Amino acid sequence: MSVSGTEIITATAVEIAELIASKQVSAVEVAQAHLDRIAAIDPSVHAFLHVDADGALEQARAVDHATAAGQAVGPLAGVPLALKDVLVQTGVPTTCGSKVLEGWLPPYDSTVVQRLRAAGVVILGKTNMDEFAMGSSTENSAFGPTHNPWDLDRIPGGSSGGSAAAVAAYEAPLAIGTDTGGSIRQPAAVTGIVGAKPTYGAVSRYGLVAFSSSLDQAGPFARTVLDTALLHAAIAGHDPMDSTSIDAPVPDVVAAARRADVRGMRIGVVRELSGEGYEPGVQARFDEAVSLLRDAGAEVVEVSCPSFVYALGAYYLIAPSECSSNLARFDAMRYGLRVGDDGDASAEDVMRLTRAAGFGPEVKRRIILGTYALSSGYYDAYYGQAQKVRTLITRDFEAAWGSVDVLVSPTTPTEPFRIGERADDPVAMYKADLCTLPSSLYGGPAISVPAGLGDEGMPVGLQVMAPVMADERIYRVAAALEAALNDRWGGPLLQKAVSL
Amino acid sequence: MSATNTAALMGYEDVIENFDPVLGLEVHVELGTASKMFCGCATEFGAEPNTQVCPTCLGLPGSLPVLNRTAVESAIRIGLALNCSIASWCRFARKNYFYPDMPKNFQTSQYDEPICFEGWLDVEIETDEGPRTFRVEIERAHMEEDTGKSLHVGGATGRIQGADFSLVDYNRAGIPLIEIVTKPVAGTGRYAPEVARAYVATLRELLRALDVSDVKMEQGSLRCDANVSLRRTSESPLGTRTETKNVNSLRSVERAVRYEMQRQAARLTAGDGILQETRHWHEDSGVTTAGRIKSDADDYRYFPEPDLVPVAPATDWVEELRGTLPEPPSERRKRLASQWGITDLEMQSVINAGAVDLVLATIAAGADASASRKWWMGELARRANDEGVELETLPISAVQVAKIEAMVMSGRLNDRLARQVIDGVLSGEGEPEAVADSRGLQIVSDDGPLLEAVRAAIEADPDAAQKIRDGKVAAAGALVGAVMKATRGQADAGRARELILVELGAVEGV
Repeated sequence: MSVSGTEIITATAVEIAELIASKQVSAVEVAQAHLDRIAAIDPSVHAFLHVDADGALEQARAVDHATAAGQAVGPLAGVPLALKDVLVQTGVPTTCGSKVLEGWLPPYDSTVVQRLRAAGVVILGKTNMDEFAMGSSTENSAFGPTHNPWDLDRIPGGSSGGSAAAVAAYEAPLAIGTDTGGSIRQPAAVTGIVGAKPTYGAVSRYGLVAFSSSLDQAGPFARTVLDTALLHAAIAGHDPMDSTSIDAPVPDVVAAARRADVRGMRIGVVRELSGEGYEPGVQARFDEAVSLLRDAGAEVVEVSCPSFVYALGAYYLIAPSECSSNLARFDAMRYGLRVGDDGDASAEDVMRLTRAAGFGPEVKRRIILGTYALSSGYYDAYYGQAQKVRTLITRDFEAAWGSVDVLVSPTTPTEPFRIGERADDPVAMYKADLCTLPSSLYGGPAISVPAGLGDEGMPVGLQVMAPVMADERIYRVAAALEAALNDRWGGPLLQKAVSL
Repeated sequence: MSATNTAALMGYEDVIENFDPVLGLEVHVELGTASKMFCGCATEFGAEPNTQVCPTCLGLPGSLPVLNRTAVESAIRIGLALNCSIASWCRFARKNYFYPDMPKNFQTSQYDEPICFEGWLDVEIETDEGPRTFRVEIERAHMEEDTGKSLHVGGATGRIQGADFSLVDYNRAGIPLIEIVTKPVAGTGRYAPEVARAYVATLRELLRALDVSDVKMEQGSLRCDANVSLRRTSESPLGTRTETKNVNSLRSVERAVRYEMQRQAARLTAGDGILQETRHWHEDSGVTTAGRIKSDADDYRYFPEPDLVPVAPATDWVEELRGTLPEPPSERRKRLASQWGITDLEMQSVINAGAVDLVLATIAAGADASASRKWWMGELARRANDEGVELETLPISAVQVAKIEAMVMSGRLNDRLARQVIDGVLSGEGEPEAVADSRGLQIVSDDGPLLEAVRAAIEADPDAAQKIRDGKVAAAGALVGAVMKATRGQADAGRARELILVELGAVEGV
C-alpha cells in the first residue's frame, strides 16, 4: 500500500473514491484502515454500537472486484460509512439505542441501505444514538453515552451523536443520521462537521424506525460540504415504498456544492434565533460567518419569523404524540425483549413488564406526554393547536421566501455541555434544538456547517435553511462559507481538534 | 362455545307494547382484493398461518404502509351503491389500543373523515299488513385494515380467559375492510329483528353484485355487529345500547336482535339499567352474554395517520366508477321477480333467506325458475332452519339441486323420492345419481309388479272397491295409498290410480 492508514482515514470521501478508482489503494485496504481506527479509538469515543467488520470487508471486496473487472462504479464506491442504528439492515442488529430491541435482527434492508449498497458504499457498522432518537446528547442511549472527540467529557450532540462522533474522530468519512428536530444538524455543529437534513420526503423513510413520522428524515454527515452533497445525492429520490416520499427529481446538490458561490444570493438572518440564551461565542462566530458570506457577494438582510418562538412547544406536542403511537408496537409479542413470560402471566402483563423494563426514562416521558396530548378532550388543545402552530411556522417561511433565498441562524444556542450536566433538566436539554426545530416543522432542507470555536473552545455551527425541494441552495451557501473559513483558518476546522 | 341462559326475558308481545326499539348496524366487509390494504401480501383465505406476511403487515420496526388503489376503488363503488356522498379529500387515522393480534398496536382506519358518508339502503320485509319498505340511513362507510387472528388453545371456552396459550396468525392482518355504519334505525317497532336481517341480506346481495367481496358470513368476510337499545316511546331520548358481536349468519342477526330486545325490556321493567357493553352472541344456545364494558371514555387517541398521504379521489374517477355499478337492488329485485313469475313479496323472502344466488345458480344449471325456487325456499330452507344454519352452508350445491330436479322431470323420481335423494346428498353419500342408485330409489313404472300390488289392495279393501264400482271414483285415494305403502313409495301414484280404475271397470283400459 502506497498510502498510509493515517492518510486514508483523514482523506475526504472524494479523495478515497479517487484513490480506489485509480487503484492506488483497494476498497478492502480502506475498510481495514477504518476498522483499525475504530478498534483503536472507539473504546474512548463509543460511537459504534455494532461494528460489522465481516460485512464491511465483504462489501469492500465486491467493489474491488467491480473495479478490477473494469465496471463503472459510482462516485462513492468503496467509501466507508457509519450508519445510525435506527435504519434497518438485513441481519445486522438494530437497537435504536434501546434495550427493548436488543437482539433483534431485521429481515429486510431499509431503502437508504439499499441505495448505499447500490452506490458501493461500505457500511462499517451501526452507531450509537439517543434511545429511539429522543434526545440531544446521546446520553439517552441504553448502551452508554458517546463522547465528543473534541473533549471526551462532553456530549457529541444527539440524537445522531454516534454518527457525528464517528466522522469527527476519523472512524468514517461519511455517516447517516436522522433528524426529527435537529438530530443531524445539532451533533454536526458540536463536533465540527457538516450535517444536512434534506427536504422532508426527499429520502425514503422505509426501514427508518419511526420516532415522529411527520418529522423524521434521514440525511448525510461528512467532513466537507461536497462529501455531504455526494452522500445526499446517493440516498435521495422517490421510493414507492414510502407514501410520503416526494416524486420529483432530486435537486443537483453536488453541482451546488462544487459551485460554492453566493454572489447575488439573498440571505436572511432570522431575528428570533438570536439574543437571550445565545452564548456570546456562538453569536460572535455566527456574525463573523455572515460577514464572510456578505464579503463573498451575498446580500444579507434581517428577517423576522415571529412564530418560530412557538416551535419548541409545538414540537414537544407533535413528536411525543406520534412517538406514543409509533412505539406501541414494542410489546414483546413478535421480537426484541420479553419480560415476565413465566407461563402464567397474561399478554397484557408481559407487555407492561417488557415496556417498563425495555424503555428508558426519556422515552417513557415522551410516550406519557404524547398519550396525554392525544387523549380525548385534550386533542384539540394540544395536538390540534400544535398543528396550527406548524402551519403558522410554514407561513413564516413562505413569507420569508418572498424576500430572501435562504435563512441562516446559529445551529445551536450553546456549545456542547458536559456529559451528565443536564440529565435532570429535560427542558434545558430540549432548548439545544431551539434553532433547528422550525425547519423540521416546516419540512424544508437545512444544513449545519462549521463556523469556528466558541468561548469554551468547542465547535459551533451555522445553519442554512431553504425552501422545500430547494436543497441545492443550502449546499451553495454552506460550500461558500466552508471555502471562506478554510481560507481564514488555513485548513478545515477539524485540524484544530486534539488528536485522539 | 356455549352459554346458558340466565337472563330474564320479557315476552315479545309485551316488549312491543311497552318499548320502542332502535337499531344500529355495523357491518365489516373484507374486500376481495388480491393484495392487502397497505402491502403486497396475498389475501387468500385458509393459507398456512403466517405465510402471507411481510415487514409492513407484521408491523416490523421501520416498515411503512402504501395504500392499495383497488381497495379505494371498491370503497367508492360501495359508497356509490349505498347512495353515499364520496369525500373529495379524506385521511386515514390511527386507532390506538393494545392487543396481541394487532401488529402495530394501532389500527390504520378512518375516523372523522370517512371516504363515503350520508347514504341509504331500502329494505323490504313481509308484515302482517303486506310488504313494507324501510329506508335504512347510512352514516358512513370507511376503509380500514383487519387485525391478525388469535387462536386460544386450551381452556373451556376458546376465549382468551382460561386458555393455556394463544397463537396469532397474521395472515389476516392488513386485509382491507370496509366498515359500513348505519344511523340509528328507528320506527321499525315489532319488525326490528326482521329489518335487521333484511338489511344485512340486502347489503350482502348488493356487495355480491358489486363483486367486491365474497361476503361469506361463516368465514368472516362479512361480519355484523348489532346495536340495540330500547326506549319507552318513539318520542323518548335514545336508551343505552348494547353492541352484540359474533353474529355470523342472517338468522343470528334476527335472533340476536330479538333476544336483546327481550332481555333489555326485562331489565328495564325490573328497574335494572342497561350497561353499555359489547355482548357475544351464542348461536347454539341463542343467547347473548356480557363482554367488555364499553363507555364513552374508551379512548383510542385517534390522530391523522402521518405515514399516508390524504386520499383525494378525482371527480372524473368517481363518475367513471359510478358507471360500473350493477343495477340497483330494487330494480334487480323487480327484474328477477318478473323473470321468475313471482310477486315482490315472494321475491323479498328469497332475498331475506339469502337464496337469490342459489336460485340463479340452479337455473343456470338447467332447472326452471319455479322448481329452483321451490327447492331452495321449501325443502332446503326447512332443513337449514332445522339445522340452524344458513342455506348456502348446506352441503348441497345448486348443480346438485338442478340434477335432482332433472331426475324428477324425467320421471325417475317423484317429489317424495327426491327428498330422500336430498337426504343422501346432505349426509355425504355422493352425487344425486349415485344416491338414487345406491338407495334403490326409482319410480316403479313396470305395470307387472304394480298390478300385483293393485290387486292385493283391492282384495284387502272390498268396501272401497265396491264404492269405486258404484262410480265413487274419489274412493280410489284409499287404494292408491295402500299401493304406495306396499311399494314403499316407489310406485308412480298416477299410474297406480289408473290401474285401480281399470281393474274395477270404472274406466276403459289404457
